[in-house]
Amino acid sequence: MAIEDDVLVIGGGIAGATAALSAADEGADVRLVTHKESTLRNASGLIDVLGYLPSDDADGASEGPLVDPFAAIPDLPETHPYRTVGVEAVREALAFFDGIVGDAYLGAHTDDNALVPTHGGSIKPTARYPRSSAAGLASDRRDALLVGFETLPTFEGPLAAAHLEAAGVPFQARGVTLSFPGIVRDDAKVTRYAHLLDRDETVSTATGAETGAREALAAAVEAHLEGEKRVGFPAVLGDEGPDEVRAALEAHLGVDVFEVPMGPPSLPGLRLEDRLYAALETAGVEVRSGVPVVDYERDDGRIDRVVVDRNGAEIPHRADQYVLATGGLVGKGVESNRERVIEPIFDCHVPHATDRYDWFSEDAFGEHPFARFGVVPDGELRPRDGSGNAEFQNLRAAGAVLGGYDYAAEKSGAGVSIATGYVAGRHAAARATDARLATNDEVTPQ
Amino acid sequence: MARDTEVLVLGGGSTGCGIARDLAMRGLEVTLVERGNLTEGTTGRMHGLLHSGGRYAVSDRASARECIEENRVLREIAGHCVEETGGLFVKRPEDSDDYFRKKLEGCRDCDIPARVLSGREAREVEPYLAKDVERAIEVPDGAVDPFRLCVANAVDAERHGARIETHAEVIDLLREGDDVYGVEVRHDSGPGKRTHRAPGTTEEITADYVVNATGAWAGQIGAMADLEIEVRPSKGVMTIMNVRQVDTVVNRCRPKGDADIVVPHETTAILGTTDEEVEDPDDYPEEQWEVDQMIDTLAELVPILEEARTIRSFWGVRPLYEPPGTGTQDPTDITRDFFLLDHDERDGVAGIASIVGGKFTTYRAMAEEIADHVCAELGVDARCRTADEALPGSENLADLENAMDDFGLRSPIARRSKQRLGSRSREVLETDEPNPVICACEGVTRAEMQDAIEQSGSDLNAVRIRTRASMGNCQGGFCTQEMAHELHPEYDEPTVRDALDELYQERWKGQRHALWGEQLSQAMLSYALHATTLNRDSDPAGRDGDLEYGAFDAGPDAGPDADADATDRTPLDRRADGGEDR
Repeated sequence: MAIEDDVLVIGGGIAGATAALSAADEGADVRLVTHKESTLRNASGLIDVLGYLPSDDADGASEGPLVDPFAAIPDLPETHPYRTVGVEAVREALAFFDGIVGDAYLGAHTDDNALVPTHGGSIKPTARYPRSSAAGLASDRRDALLVGFETLPTFEGPLAAAHLEAAGVPFQARGVTLSFPGIVRDDAKVTRYAHLLDRDETVSTATGAETGAREALAAAVEAHLEGEKRVGFPAVLGDEGPDEVRAALEAHLGVDVFEVPMGPPSLPGLRLEDRLYAALETAGVEVRSGVPVVDYERDDGRIDRVVVDRNGAEIPHRADQYVLATGGLVGKGVESNRERVIEPIFDCHVPHATDRYDWFSEDAFGEHPFARFGVVPDGELRPRDGSGNAEFQNLRAAGAVLGGYDYAAEKSGAGVSIATGYVAGRHAAARATDARLATNDEVTPQ
Repeated sequence: MARDTEVLVLGGGSTGCGIARDLAMRGLEVTLVERGNLTEGTTGRMHGLLHSGGRYAVSDRASARECIEENRVLREIAGHCVEETGGLFVKRPEDSDDYFRKKLEGCRDCDIPARVLSGREAREVEPYLAKDVERAIEVPDGAVDPFRLCVANAVDAERHGARIETHAEVIDLLREGDDVYGVEVRHDSGPGKRTHRAPGTTEEITADYVVNATGAWAGQIGAMADLEIEVRPSKGVMTIMNVRQVDTVVNRCRPKGDADIVVPHETTAILGTTDEEVEDPDDYPEEQWEVDQMIDTLAELVPILEEARTIRSFWGVRPLYEPPGTGTQDPTDITRDFFLLDHDERDGVAGIASIVGGKFTTYRAMAEEIADHVCAELGVDARCRTADEALPGSENLADLENAMDDFGLRSPIARRSKQRLGSRSREVLETDEPNPVICACEGVTRAEMQDAIEQSGSDLNAVRIRTRASMGNCQGGFCTQEMAHELHPEYDEPTVRDALDELYQERWKGQRHALWGEQLSQAMLSYALHATTLNRDSDPAGRDGDLEYGAFDAGPDAGPDADADATDRTPLDRRADGGEDR
C-alpha cells in the first residue's frame, strides 16, 4: 500500500522546509523527503531578500546595494519569482519565517537591508541575520577588532579589516591573527573549534596554565583590544550553544562579540538547518532523509504517485499535492549534459540555449544564463511545459529549482526560497483541503 | 662597448629556460626575459606527455631516437617532475594491422623498449580500456609536469647567476646596421618579482648575443628587426578530466589523427589533441567541437570518458616551422624537428639566432645545441653539463624517501607535497609555524604557498604553476580566496584583491569549456560562494562612489540617532534598555 498524505514535499533545503511548514500551518498532513545533504552547509546563514537589481544597461553593472528590497521588487523583470508571488506574499513569507526562527534572527524591525561583513572583508546586503552576526553590522559606527586564527586560512583578520576600510565603512577596523587555544592540529575542522567552545574544554594556554577554552580565547583576545567596542570572529563560536559561547566571551571582554559568516562548511547555515528541522518536527511533518525520488506515475494530467528509493526498496508515496524543492544546479534539482538542461525527476521544461557555449558569460562575474536555469512557473508556481501549460495540475515548485533569477548576483537566494516555499505550501494545502472536502461531500450523503 | 649581459634569452618556456640554465652552468652571464609567467606560452599548454619516442617510431625515426634518449636523461635529472606511468599504443579492430607491425618494428629499430600485449593483458594494465581493443604495444612513455620542470630550470639558472625577468615584454629589438645588440622590454611592475599595482617601467638590455626562444611568437620578435621567420603556429586542444581514468598513457595506434592520446597527469587525465594552423598565436578560436571530439573519439578507447566529468579545457600553440619552400599543406605533416636559424648566416644580421620547431621532451638537447652555437659565436670553450647534474628538487631523491615522515603533514598531503617539491621538501616544509592546507584538492599547504610566493611575488598564477593550488576539481572555487590571504601582510590589501581577481578570472577561462554536468554544478557553487557569500561581484571596495552606510539597518537597538551615540554604547547598556537580547 502506498504511503498517503495531503502534501508531499521533495527537497529539504530552506524552500522545502518552508513549503512543508507553510502547508502544515494550514492544517495539511505533510511529508517531506530529501535525498542529499542540504546546501545549507554551503550557505552563509544570512537571509538575503534582494540586494541588487539586475542591470538593464550595457555595462552590466547591477544597481545597489538596495536599501529597501521590498520597494525594488516591482522593478524586477516580470518573469522573476518575486513578481510571480507579489510583494505582499514576500512580506507574509518573511513574517512566517520570523515566526519559525524566533529570536535567533534579527532584521524584522525594519524593511531596510543590513550590510554584513563577509569573510573576504567586503560587505553584503541582507534582510535577516543571525543574532550572532548582529553586532558586526557595517552601519554600526563602533570600531571593530577582527580576530583570525593561524590555522583557519579562510579568514585573515588584518586583511579583512583593511578591505572593510577600502569599502568605506564608517568605523575603524583592525585585525589580528592569533593561535586558537586548544587547537593542536593544523587541519582541524571548523566543528572542532566550535565544540571546544561548546563544551568549554580544558586547554593549556601559552603560559602553560590550564583553563576553559572560552576563558583562554577571551584572554588571548583581550591582550589585543585597543578600545574597540566589538570583536569579530570567523563563524566558529559554538555549534550547539552559540549564544552561551558568545555571552561568555562578551562577559570576559566587556565588549560585543560577533561572527563573520563563512563559506562551507558553514556553521550558521547548519544552525539554521537545525532550527528548520526542529520546527518541522514540532509541526508534525514526517521527514525522511537520504531517500531519492526515482520515479513517478502520471494520471490524467496529475502526478498520481512518486516512487522513493529507500535503501534499494522502491516505496510508492501518494499525495494529493506535490511540491518540488530540489534546488538548482548546486542542489542537483537542475542537471545538465552536453546537449540539454533538465529537471531530473519529472522532466519539467527548463528553457536553455541549444548551444552550451551560450550558457555562460566570458567574465567570471558576468551575466551567466546558467545562473537563471530552472523551471518556469505559472501564477500558482506550477512548472509549465514548453507550450506554457502546467506540466501537472498538482505539482508546484519552490526555491532554486525555479528559473528566471540569479540569486548570486541579486543576493536573493534565501528570500526567493522562503517566499516561493511559503506560497507553494499555502496553495498545496488549500487544494488538498478542497479535495478532502470534495471527497467528504461525495461520501456523506449516503 | 660594455654590454649588460653576455647572452640575452627571449622567452621563458622550456626551451628558453633550458638554454638559460645550460649557458649559466657553463659560466656565461645570462639574462632571460619573458612577457608573462614562465611556461605561459606553449610549455604550460601541453598534455604533459614525456615521449618514449614511440609516437614518431614510424614517421620520424630521428625524432624517435632523440626522444628515448632524452626520456632517459629527464628521469635522471628531473625525477621529481616525472611520473613513470608507462604507455600503451592500443589497436582497435578497425585500425591497421600493418601499421601496428610497423610501429613495433620502428620502436625496436630506435631502441625503444616495446612489448606486445594481448587485448586481455592490456585490460589488466588498464581495466577501463574498451572491450574490443585487440592488442597493444607497451612503451616507456611517462607523464611530466611541464610547470615544475620549466621553473626548476629557471631556478637553477638563477643559482648559477642568471637574471630571470618575467612579466617583461620585448617591445623592440635593438639593431644597429646589421647587428642586433639587445632589446627594450616593458616591465609590468618594474624589474624583479611582479607586484600588482607597482608602476611599469621600460628597460634597454644590451647583450653580446641574443637568443630568440619565443617559439610560436618568434616571427613577431623577428619582425621587430625586419627578420622574416616563417613559423607556422598550430593549435591543439587538451581537455582535463576530474580523475585519472587511466594510470598509463594510452595512445591510439594509427598513423595520425586528432584525439588519439590520454595522459594521466597528477590527479587528472588529459585528453589530446588537435592540430590546426592559426594566424595569430594570441588570438584564435577555441571551439566546442574540439572538446566534443576529444571526448567522443577517445571514448572509443576508454568508454567511461563519455560520461565522465571534465574540469576544463585549454589550447596550446605549437611553434611549427619548416624551411621556406617546403610547402607542406597539412600541419600534422610538418616535421616536429627543431631548427636553429643563425640570422647572420641566413639574413646577414649578426648577434642573434632563433630557435623554432621542436618539442618539449627534447627541450634539453635543443638547449644544448643552441648553447653550443652561442659558445662558438662568443668564443667560449665550455662543456654542457645539463644532462649530468640534477635539477633542484631532484638532487637527493633517495635520501628524501627516508626522511619524509616528519613534516607534520598527514598523508596523502605529505605525499603530494613530496612529489612536487622532491628533494627541496625539507627546506620548504620544515617550519615551526602552523601549516594548514590551503588547497585541499591538490594538498598544498601554507609552507609550500609561501615558498612559491617568495619566488614569484604577488602573482598568484605564478604561485599556481609552482604548487598546483587551484588546479584541481573545484578549479579554485574553494581555495582562491585562501590563496590570496597568503599574500597578506607582505602585500597590501589592494594588491591582494587584484591578485585574487586575476587568478579567479584565469581559472574561469578554462572552465568555460567544461560547463555541463557536474562541472556546471561546481561552477554554480563557486559563483554562489564568490558572489553570494563574499559579494566579490559587487564589492564596494572596487567601485567608485561612496556607499551611504547610514541609510542601512544598524541593528534593532540602534534607534534613529545611532550615528550619534553608537560609539558610546556598551553591551550592558543595550541589554539594560533594550531588554530583548537575552
